[in-house]
Amino acid sequence: MTVTKAGHSDQPQRAPGPAAAAPASGGSPAALPGRQPWPYLALLIPPTGIPAVRKHLAARRAARTGDSFAARALAAEAATWSWYSAALAFTLLLVAFAVLFLTANDHAVIQKFFNPGVLRSSAPAVLRGFLVNVELFLIAEVLVLPWALFVACLRMLPGPASRPIRALGIGYVDLFRGLPAVVAIYLIAFGFPIAGLPVLGSMTGFELCVLALVLIYGAYVSEVFRAGLQSVHWSQAAAARSLGLSYVQTLRHVIAPQAIRRMIPPLLNDFIGLQKDTALVSFVGLLDAFNQSRIVASNEFNLSAVTGVGIAFVLITIPTARLVDRLTARDARRRQGSLA
Amino acid sequence: MTALLSLDGVGKQFGSTEVLRSVTMELGEHQVMSLIGPSGCGKSTLLRCVNALEPIDAGVIRIAGERVSGPGVDLNRLRREVGIVFQSYNLFPHMTVLDNITLAPRRVLGWSRAEAEATAEQLLRRIGLWDKAREYPDRLSGGQQQRAAIARALAMGPRLLLLDEITSALDPELVGEVLSIVRELAAEGMTMVLATHEMTFARDVSDIVCFLADGSICESGPPDVVLRDPQQERTQAFLRRILQAQRI
Repeated sequence: MTVTKAGHSDQPQRAPGPAAAAPASGGSPAALPGRQPWPYLALLIPPTGIPAVRKHLAARRAARTGDSFAARALAAEAATWSWYSAALAFTLLLVAFAVLFLTANDHAVIQKFFNPGVLRSSAPAVLRGFLVNVELFLIAEVLVLPWALFVACLRMLPGPASRPIRALGIGYVDLFRGLPAVVAIYLIAFGFPIAGLPVLGSMTGFELCVLALVLIYGAYVSEVFRAGLQSVHWSQAAAARSLGLSYVQTLRHVIAPQAIRRMIPPLLNDFIGLQKDTALVSFVGLLDAFNQSRIVASNEFNLSAVTGVGIAFVLITIPTARLVDRLTARDARRRQGSLA
Repeated sequence: MTALLSLDGVGKQFGSTEVLRSVTMELGEHQVMSLIGPSGCGKSTLLRCVNALEPIDAGVIRIAGERVSGPGVDLNRLRREVGIVFQSYNLFPHMTVLDNITLAPRRVLGWSRAEAEATAEQLLRRIGLWDKAREYPDRLSGGQQQRAAIARALAMGPRLLLLDEITSALDPELVGEVLSIVRELAAEGMTMVLATHEMTFARDVSDIVCFLADGSICESGPPDVVLRDPQQERTQAFLRRILQAQRI
């Protein structure tokens, strides 16, 4: 339309690349001040839309008075506010869909998934069941650590003499990482008693489930240990050995302390997986939270109790997840050297 | 008197590549030897073999007349006598400078924390890093890290110190502070073998200069001879290339 009066027709005042792709709901890519009508769309989201339009108008005024420098700055600000509007609009749209989903069919979803009455009445049984899950994963997590360390050590034994032992370790890890957890639990918890094995056959269902979880997650965690120890550069070991430290001293004072920091985030990730997988024991008849809630669900023809179990699992993994985030961020900072 | 360090026909292979061929040399106590030569000529490997970080495939290495290579050698004892400083410092990043230095005296020599820290303080004051004792290595400049690494090696009271291109990873303006420490050590009579590309420094500080090429000693002798008036054609060519590079 019009060229700015500053006369910079050879330099169209465009905002940086991505702004050009701004969604229509959001607003202006803030090209030539005084030409773009898009910022007005941002008014659909007043808190960010009003500043967007005001900056846009100011940019136009500045362009008219010939202050192209200020015009560009203001146009850039207008674009920023427009982007805020676009992001907010997008978020609100999705929230609206979610609300629509929950309230559709005369609040059917809320009724069947979040019925307060059912949630309340099933809570005691579900929480009692959840204690079984908590017990399962706490015991399994404690047992997994030494077991996985043992397996990792087997796989890291040096020298040609230990080749068969290493192969055994690889076979175990391959087997239990490949086997679906539910299949492993099924085979161990049902199979061992049926086979009438000594000791193993007389273990309780709970104990067999712990055993299955330890075997499955031992495979994952041993890989975490192995990768962690091997991630420490060999020159660190060379430096320690050159000072006269023995192999074990080197591992203990130099390699392990550096490796453990790197192992904790993936280790906690595996623990989150383990916590969730305790729900699988309901398939072998253990009365855990999921099993309790399924009984409620079939009696009441309402899934709210199962939703309650879901909420309990999510709540209990959130602290671990945040901890992983923080440790990962700390690690990243450390690698950049801004933290000692 | 027997030499402090002697190598007799030392050979080393990585797979099918021969990195050291029948290296024979001797170094007396309080002497300094510089190893020079093109990259990949075996300087670093030679130092790593002396410290048994790499096993050798042929020959014998002796320290003060005692065999320190081959099977059945107490490596931890050998390494108490022989310190090494690496090109890339290799400080332990999870420990303060002080802990880096006291780790080995405490764990290997069984010193108390107080004893080890007293020695470390002495060393750190001497190299001008006492104010950095409680810092972690990544807060130090390259030169400071390398000085700390030298202190760490010295804390074990070695009879022989191996320096593996210790200034190669440093910015040019930091090279001086590290080399001046080495110079001081030489003046005090520390026996050292250093792999280096700093020809001027090698000439100043060493009693013997060894030119290595393709894993064997091509020429060795007093620095004035090897560096100023080399007899071997390969030594001459190498020094010519170095001189040219410095002019650029």
